Amino acid sequence: MTHFSLSVNAREIGVDTDPQTPLLWVLRDALGLTGTKYGCGMGLCGACTVHLDGVAIRSCLMAIAQVGSKTITTIEGLSADASHPVQRAWMMEVVPQCGYCQSGQIMQAASLLAQTPHPTDEQINAAMSGNICRCGTYQRIRRAIQRASAENRG
Amino acid sequence: MGKRARQMRRREFLIGSASVPAFLLLGFQLPTSTRGSEPIPSAARDTFMPNAWLRITADNQITILAEKPELGQGSWTYSAMMVAEELEVDPLIIHIEQAPTITSIYKGLRTGGSGGVASSFALLRKVGAQAREMLRSAASAQWGVPKTDCAARNGTIVHVPTNRTLSYGELAGAASRLPMGDGEQIPLKRPQDFRMIGRPIPRVDLRSKVTGSARFGIDIRVPSMLYAVIARCPYFGGRLVGFDASVAKVMPGVRAVFPISPLPRRFNTAGGVVVVAESTWAAMQARKALILEWGKGTGTRESAQTLHRDALKAANAPAMFVAVNRGDAPSAIGAADRIFSASYESPFQAHATMEPMNTTVHVRDKAIEVWSPTQFADEIQREISELSGYSVDKVIVHMTFSGGSFGRRYQWDYAAEAWQVAKELRQPVQLVWTREDDMQRDFYRPYNYQRMSAGLDAAGGLTAWHTRVVTTPIAGTNLYTDYVESPEELKNPATIAALEWYGADVGPYSVPNCRVDYAPIDSVVPRSWWRSVSQSYTVFGRECFVDELAHSTGRDPLEFRLRLLAQDDAQARRLRVALQLAADKADWHKPLRAGHGRGIACRSGGAVSAQVVEVEVQPDGRVRVARVVAAIDCGIAVNPDGVRAMTEGAINFALTAVLLGEITIKHGRVEQSNFHEYRVLRLNEAPEIEVHIVPSLEEPAGVGELGAMLIGPAVANAIFAATNVRVRRLPIDRNLLKSLPD
Repeated sequence: MTHFSLSVNAREIGVDTDPQTPLLWVLRDALGLTGTKYGCGMGLCGACTVHLDGVAIRSCLMAIAQVGSKTITTIEGLSADASHPVQRAWMMEVVPQCGYCQSGQIMQAASLLAQTPHPTDEQINAAMSGNICRCGTYQRIRRAIQRASAENRG
Repeated sequence: MGKRARQMRRREFLIGSASVPAFLLLGFQLPTSTRGSEPIPSAARDTFMPNAWLRITADNQITILAEKPELGQGSWTYSAMMVAEELEVDPLIIHIEQAPTITSIYKGLRTGGSGGVASSFALLRKVGAQAREMLRSAASAQWGVPKTDCAARNGTIVHVPTNRTLSYGELAGAASRLPMGDGEQIPLKRPQDFRMIGRPIPRVDLRSKVTGSARFGIDIRVPSMLYAVIARCPYFGGRLVGFDASVAKVMPGVRAVFPISPLPRRFNTAGGVVVVAESTWAAMQARKALILEWGKGTGTRESAQTLHRDALKAANAPAMFVAVNRGDAPSAIGAADRIFSASYESPFQAHATMEPMNTTVHVRDKAIEVWSPTQFADEIQREISELSGYSVDKVIVHMTFSGGSFGRRYQWDYAAEAWQVAKELRQPVQLVWTREDDMQRDFYRPYNYQRMSAGLDAAGGLTAWHTRVVTTPIAGTNLYTDYVESPEELKNPATIAALEWYGADVGPYSVPNCRVDYAPIDSVVPRSWWRSVSQSYTVFGRECFVDELAHSTGRDPLEFRLRLLAQDDAQARRLRVALQLAADKADWHKPLRAGHGRGIACRSGGAVSAQVVEVEVQPDGRVRVARVVAAIDCGIAVNPDGVRAMTEGAINFALTAVLLGEITIKHGRVEQSNFHEYRVLRLNEAPEIEVHIVPSLEEPAGVGELGAMLIGPAVANAIFAATNVRVRRLPIDRNLLKSLPD
């Protein structure tokens, strides 16, 4: 057991855990932040995507010891009231079905748009194809990203 | 109701026919909180509960107790719309709670076969109408005016002559003290008068699903809850011989390690070694430290090759069951001027829901509480009651949101396992399956093989059709308790075949002689429903073979189908409309570039749909599905945006099985373990999908499966149009389509 001081959603939190524990399980089991999902445990599906210093990462592959002083943002911290442009676009396009993958999709899309405010179709493909949706909401995801991007322009 | 009628009912329910019989619904009493023999939660003072499905409180909170679980299919949204239509409120202000497992009142705590919309349509509108009438009566009494002057509008009762209003909340107390009306006698709106049903609305669960606050089964957190994983025998039919937990037991956070037995048939669990820990991660790590010895059992001879070999044999063996026998197809084929035949095959498929199986159970002395992402709460309740000896009413099952289901959560194996774990602990425990557990211990879509033969006359008319369906039948592994009267019934050929051949009948194509027969083959692999059940392969065979016949006789596949549907009956008429609409929207006759092709497929059975697909086949044999145009006639489209979403989703779900994924067996175990080996469709491979809804005032029919059954044949037919190569096995082998060597 090792003590870690984390910055999660702009709050300082201390956790005592095995240094090899993936950030995913610290968030879900120790901190009760269950919006971040387990899907594969191998970085293959993107359900566990969170931001580390604003950049999308797979929290199932990130040992807690690797986080260091970087700030963690989860879906719960993306906005206080579903007002992030990506969340708004997701609602306007009625993207979710079961919704299980959508936290990861939204965090991935938010990271994409932060780095590339006006992505091309190819850039959307490249950024989003690591996130699986078995309900098949892909074209709505694409449209929601385009909508949020257009808002960036406006 | 006779046994046959009951079987028919179940079959229709499961297989997704729209014709859920009205007698299920019309004889329905609307039980109340005050008169029911069992309590319904939170019927507090001044809370108006006109029936068991609706609650209105003084603060204007309107709550529906939904029977259907929300798996992503939009059940909560259409439920809100159906109630709101008659209650005259905005569906988006309605709060939804999952109805409790009080099965004396709530008879529909399950969903399957795309049956939710159709089976809820009458009930939920009555629920709203009954409340509306009582609220009107309460206002009429309060004002001392005739009820006919009191109209329900947007959450209030309006006294029309004076424009006075009382909100439903203000009337809740008075309404709750009124005698119950007879829900059967209240007239419901005519479809042409609907103001909410038929107009697209966003989902009621939208906000929770973009903020991470939606709680799935795996998100359940109960005080002092522990986490468990199970090491299961990887060989179907194998067993635990021995294990050494000395390392695992002393790992950090580990609370217990113990073996559990396999549960027999109808549960079909593997048993194994349970690791219980203080976190999911600790349990997973300790499982890796177990030393396990497995007996491989009798299934080790099974492989993809043995299944294929057995299927070829069964295709030529005497039929176990003849499902359709109009005219004399074998003789007519024998006498035909031209005879065609072809075989189609597709493998086991996993459900691979994004949320792996899990269930949380707390066993107490007096009751068992279960939180499960399931399609089938009442079955879980019955099964755990039977296993535990607790009476049914002492097993409380909370249906959580499910992270996808596609038929997988019609099984209760994971809930039964969770009970096995929890009963040893006496504190709440969440059993979590890893992705690998989920992929290697699914109940898979059956392996299937179809041999088709057809006879044509000298003029090119289709005179005879014969399909032999061969599968590893679902009834051979698992069926729920009230599907059949007794285990003996599972040996009845009609019962076995019923779940396997549906969709193979050539009708409503007009063909005078048609035979569909069935032969099973054995497998150790557990099987179950998979989105569109048998139609996921029978429609593939049927629609590809029709296409082959069209091309073989030099005719356009659209025209060929329309000619076979020329008769004047409702199904044929609806199919013609759907085919023509899809073809028109997809520019069916417009020429395409080299390497591109269009394919078409259609299906009627409840709802009616046609799809036109455009593919591009690349020189290396890779297939890109560029565009899908779907036309759908589902009767009244309760939420048109929901119909579109379900159709888009069904197409993308099934494209995995058409282009990418398959589950293969080697030495009696599944070869794939995670998404690198079972490839699923991703965003960069997803087509542009257009959905066109045919306007209709007919009763609504489910749409969750239609898109899935049509995309396979439409893609295969498009590939033929592009390349002249026939794809008869899914997923598509791109080596067949290479125009350039590697």
